[in-house]
Amino acid sequence: MRHRYWWGSGMLLPLLTTFIITACSKKNTEPTPEPAKNIAFVKPAGFPEPVYRLADNPVTTDGFALGKVLFYDGLLSRDGTISCASCHIQANAFTHHGHDVSHGIDDRLGTRNSPPIQNMAWSTSFFWDGGVHDLDLQPIAPIENPVEMDDKLNNVIGKLQRNTRYQQLFEKAFGSPGINSTRMLKALSQFMVMLVSADSRYDRYIAGKETFSEEEKKGLALFEQRCATCHKPPLFTDNSFRNNGVAPRPFGTDSGRYKITLLDEDMYKFKVPSLRNVALSAPYMHDGRFGSLESVMNHYDGGFYPTATLDPAFKNGFSFSEPDKKALIAFLKTLSDKGFITNERFAPPPGFVQGD
Amino acid sequence: MKQNILLLCILTILASCSKDKTTPATDPNEKGVVVLEFDNRAGTDDLILNNQPYRNAAGEQLTISKFAYYVSNFRLITASGQVYTLPQDSSYFLISEDNKTSAFHTLYNVPAGDYTQVKFMIGIDSARNTMDISKRPGVLDPAEGAADMYWSWNSGYIFAKLEGSSPASTDAQKLFRYHIGLYGGGFNNGPRTLNNTREITLTIPNNGKAIVRRDRKAQIHFFADALKMLNGTTNVSIAANPNVMVTPFSEKIADNYTQMFNIDHVHNE
Repeated sequence: MRHRYWWGSGMLLPLLTTFIITACSKKNTEPTPEPAKNIAFVKPAGFPEPVYRLADNPVTTDGFALGKVLFYDGLLSRDGTISCASCHIQANAFTHHGHDVSHGIDDRLGTRNSPPIQNMAWSTSFFWDGGVHDLDLQPIAPIENPVEMDDKLNNVIGKLQRNTRYQQLFEKAFGSPGINSTRMLKALSQFMVMLVSADSRYDRYIAGKETFSEEEKKGLALFEQRCATCHKPPLFTDNSFRNNGVAPRPFGTDSGRYKITLLDEDMYKFKVPSLRNVALSAPYMHDGRFGSLESVMNHYDGGFYPTATLDPAFKNGFSFSEPDKKALIAFLKTLSDKGFITNERFAPPPGFVQGD
Repeated sequence: MKQNILLLCILTILASCSKDKTTPATDPNEKGVVVLEFDNRAGTDDLILNNQPYRNAAGEQLTISKFAYYVSNFRLITASGQVYTLPQDSSYFLISEDNKTSAFHTLYNVPAGDYTQVKFMIGIDSARNTMDISKRPGVLDPAEGAADMYWSWNSGYIFAKLEGSSPASTDAQKLFRYHIGLYGGGFNNGPRTLNNTREITLTIPNNGKAIVRRDRKAQIHFFADALKMLNGTTNVSIAANPNVMVTPFSEKIADNYTQMFNIDHVHNE
């Protein structure tokens, strides 16, 4: 019963059907295999090989289930109020829609916009500044960040170790009793790598299963010409760090990638975000300064603040006409993946209360 | 107490002299035990946390509340240049002044020999810094030993930590914090960045040897002078730099900590 939320309507029907079919055929054929309830990572057609070392941490049904319980549990924060899902909401491709910077514990404000969690298996670094190089190590940062979950990893592990439900879930997921940091982080990674978005209208259009309007086609053509170098399909990012000319704030300017590398050439650079589900994940830029795609388009229409590290692409003029902006926005909306944001597998467990 | 120690020393020396003659290391399969002891100091004095005032080379008064560091990748070297490298997985030690048991590390199965030098790294090598989390147990686990020695937002270990307070500090609470890490970057074909790991080679003084045999134990007694993080090629002023963490200046402190260690003496039992 611990996994009840698993068997939501999305799963139950196909499963039931499988049962019925296997039951019927059983009389006449060889012993049938167990119904396929196992979760496995599947690389979408056209995607590159994952970066995450799946062979070292193969996704299992129980590992994924544990990762999901952890993802939605406030126990990972100092006072039990903030879970991963507080700032990473499924309906918004696992970002914090409507917040320029996220509210953490005690309503403390961060300095950066929480990024979507999608297609993590292909990400070569994490956070806007790329400070973390391994998905397994990523959760430690929000857990220990004083403006996010404000706990300590060792304390969180202690809380899990004293919790009988988690004792059972960990044993089920890893085949032996024991709760430690490696197991917790690997389980969270199993949940996160499964958050694959690859079935937007764009994907179906590319696969020849969907038609685009003239405006969307125009937007796609423009996108391929002007945007796709950095926002490279199919991931819609090239995983690089660039200064796209967002103006520094007069106070508390975020030096971005420089904070990690201490290299002058990285000043004001941030990770190129994926544009998948971009219409669902406003606001935009590292500090969430732009509330609409229109504002983003206006930025890319000559709104660049000149600093030494401004990307060469924008140094000698870069602009869009108003009709071009409209077409681009129409195209960007085709990157929304409805199946991803409504998939029951990833949905909050019963009783989970989404804060604001 | 002092007399007893002196007596013990004399006895030890006598004992080792006599044993030297009787058992040269000839059997290539003979193994023995080495104990590494890290004794934290402040200049010529024993390090006492919190209450004892010290003075740095910049002339500033300070007290120390935290002194901790990683040493790793140990190699023992004989006078003839033979090198014994500790198994890499068990070659990481965290020494913290507030945890007395962290001062002693026993190495088993060291090949018999007369060792005169010890080579090691201050910090954690880049390979281990980027290794799978499952390969980082114990003092390397961010949920255990490394809880206070790990940057979660810029993933990597803090190699050395010196904290305390000083009337000279320009920090609001008159504190200072030196957290020195950074292993050089380069993961996932990323850029090379500041590398504050340092390798040092120390020689046992007075032509001393760590004599490793099947039936005996050699204890190498290191001194680590906390004040040397501030004093050296760059005399760090707490007034000018009360907090140094991930900044280019951290390199200066890393250069200072290369001079922080010495071997004071060896006990051959």
